[in-house]
Amino acid sequence: MEHFNLALVDWSRAQFALTAIYHWFFVPLTLGLSFIVAFMHTIYYKTGNEKWKQMTKFWMKLFGINFAIGVATGIILEFEFGTNWSNYSWIVGDIFGAPLAIEGLLAFFLESTFIAVMFFGWNRVSKKFHLLSSWFVAFGSNLSALWILIANAWMQNPVGTRFNPDTVRNEMTNFFDIALSPTAVFKFLHTVSQAYVIGALFVVAVSAWYLLKKRHLTFAKKSILIASVFGLTASLFVALTGDSSASNVAQTQPMKLAAMEGLYDGETNASLYALGFLNNEKNNTNFKGIRLRSMLSLLAFRNASAFVPGVNDILNGNKEQGILPAETRMEKGRIAIQSLADYKQAKKEWNIELASQKLQEFEENYPHFGYGYFTDKEAIVPPVKLTFYSFHTMVGLGLFFILFFAWLLYASMKDKVDKYKWILHLSVWSLLLGYIASELGWIVAEVGRQPWTIQDLLPVGISTSHLSVGSVQTTFFMFLVLFTVLLIAEIKIMLTQIIKGPEEGDSHV
Amino acid sequence: MKVWFHKVFNFYLDGFKNMSVSNRKLWVIILIKLFIIFFILKIFFFPDFLGSKYNTDKAKSDYVIEQLINN
Repeated sequence: MEHFNLALVDWSRAQFALTAIYHWFFVPLTLGLSFIVAFMHTIYYKTGNEKWKQMTKFWMKLFGINFAIGVATGIILEFEFGTNWSNYSWIVGDIFGAPLAIEGLLAFFLESTFIAVMFFGWNRVSKKFHLLSSWFVAFGSNLSALWILIANAWMQNPVGTRFNPDTVRNEMTNFFDIALSPTAVFKFLHTVSQAYVIGALFVVAVSAWYLLKKRHLTFAKKSILIASVFGLTASLFVALTGDSSASNVAQTQPMKLAAMEGLYDGETNASLYALGFLNNEKNNTNFKGIRLRSMLSLLAFRNASAFVPGVNDILNGNKEQGILPAETRMEKGRIAIQSLADYKQAKKEWNIELASQKLQEFEENYPHFGYGYFTDKEAIVPPVKLTFYSFHTMVGLGLFFILFFAWLLYASMKDKVDKYKWILHLSVWSLLLGYIASELGWIVAEVGRQPWTIQDLLPVGISTSHLSVGSVQTTFFMFLVLFTVLLIAEIKIMLTQIIKGPEEGDSHV
Repeated sequence: MKVWFHKVFNFYLDGFKNMSVSNRKLWVIILIKLFIIFFILKIFFFPDFLGSKYNTDKAKSDYVIEQLINN
């Protein structure tokens, strides 16, 4: 690892993080708003009420602005794979190929074909086909997310594959093991349901602003009612899938869970740190705040007395719990790397017997392969404080959204939503909280699994291309400018449309 | 088939023609963005690192295995 330029690795990492964070400003709104538009469109189809048509058209227009500005921002991540992360791209190529090809062919095609019908189709196609188009756009957008998230889940939990030492690529052994792994399923459900929360918060924020300005009152109240039903359902589902996702992390990425909980020394009846501060100096948990005894054991392993390993257990090992010390895994990893080198050499020399022996040795030690690149065991610990605070803030906000939508729904049903000024102000700002929670979720998922690009198998440092730091810095700042301009453009166009308001006879996007 | 294509073409054409000025501005932004992404960033700043150095899969895998073994 010492041979790698850490500045290059960090800049490549920063560039990817920057692009992903910006990309994720656009995606959740597309995913969430598409379903809200489809619901409103369905009500219009069923009732024939022009007010619902007006609502559908207005939110569809805002959806269109976000879709148009955000489209193709994700493709830049794929550019970065090929340029900045070429070793990684080569090694995972066969695994990523299938999901991304399906995404490109099926989901994007579905989305982009029907989006035109959705926008241009008013009075031009049958009402039924038009409604169907709105639903196809919603499902198409979500289907796109599915394949990307399957690919991401595989990096967190690489199942259904075999590493081929001749081609140096991971080959798929079972598509369904990859696509239906619990990591992929929970990741997808948790991520998209969280995106629905953003969609609902967006509708609530805009509508609350109208109520504060005393404009479009009926429109705003109806929109809040729809959004609060959708938002409450989605935020409950986020909690449910978040719980399943964290339990899956406990089994597949114990170091990440330890970082999420700031747990240094593992324990049975492990406590959940509900509210407080973490001081993790000298690898010791020093948490000041409210602890919920046994709750972490229960949530992680569905057993209140289960042992939850901490950072020190994973670093130093825990014989009683069957956890190998990191140094043993590092040694096994070095054996795997050396066996791979010996296997290649033996094949070159046509020494079949030795090649077969080395291949067996390699396969036995392959689960520890990535550890072989580290000389200091501390390098396998992710940034604990960042992961801990990101996780706990995200969970806190998630719980807030449940209460927020429940209250909003209650107030909407009593037709009192415009009576509480402070809740309307809170509604406007809650959109920002939604985005914060969403980005924090990705920080937990990605920072919490450092230093790996593929869990246990490939560290970040080995994944990068040999580029000059300057070239990565240049493109980093180019993206910073490009994405900031796009974001400003989106906000400006969006605000213009919001200020205009829902008007009869609007033209389409 | 020809009639069907004609209908689809007209559907899109009318759709774009009937856009408001602000929506046309939005499409201009999209086209500029796509041009920057695909014709500037991709071509000049994001070459395929392995593809630009090696022509065959064998050469690419030899390079990557060197990276894996010698680090």
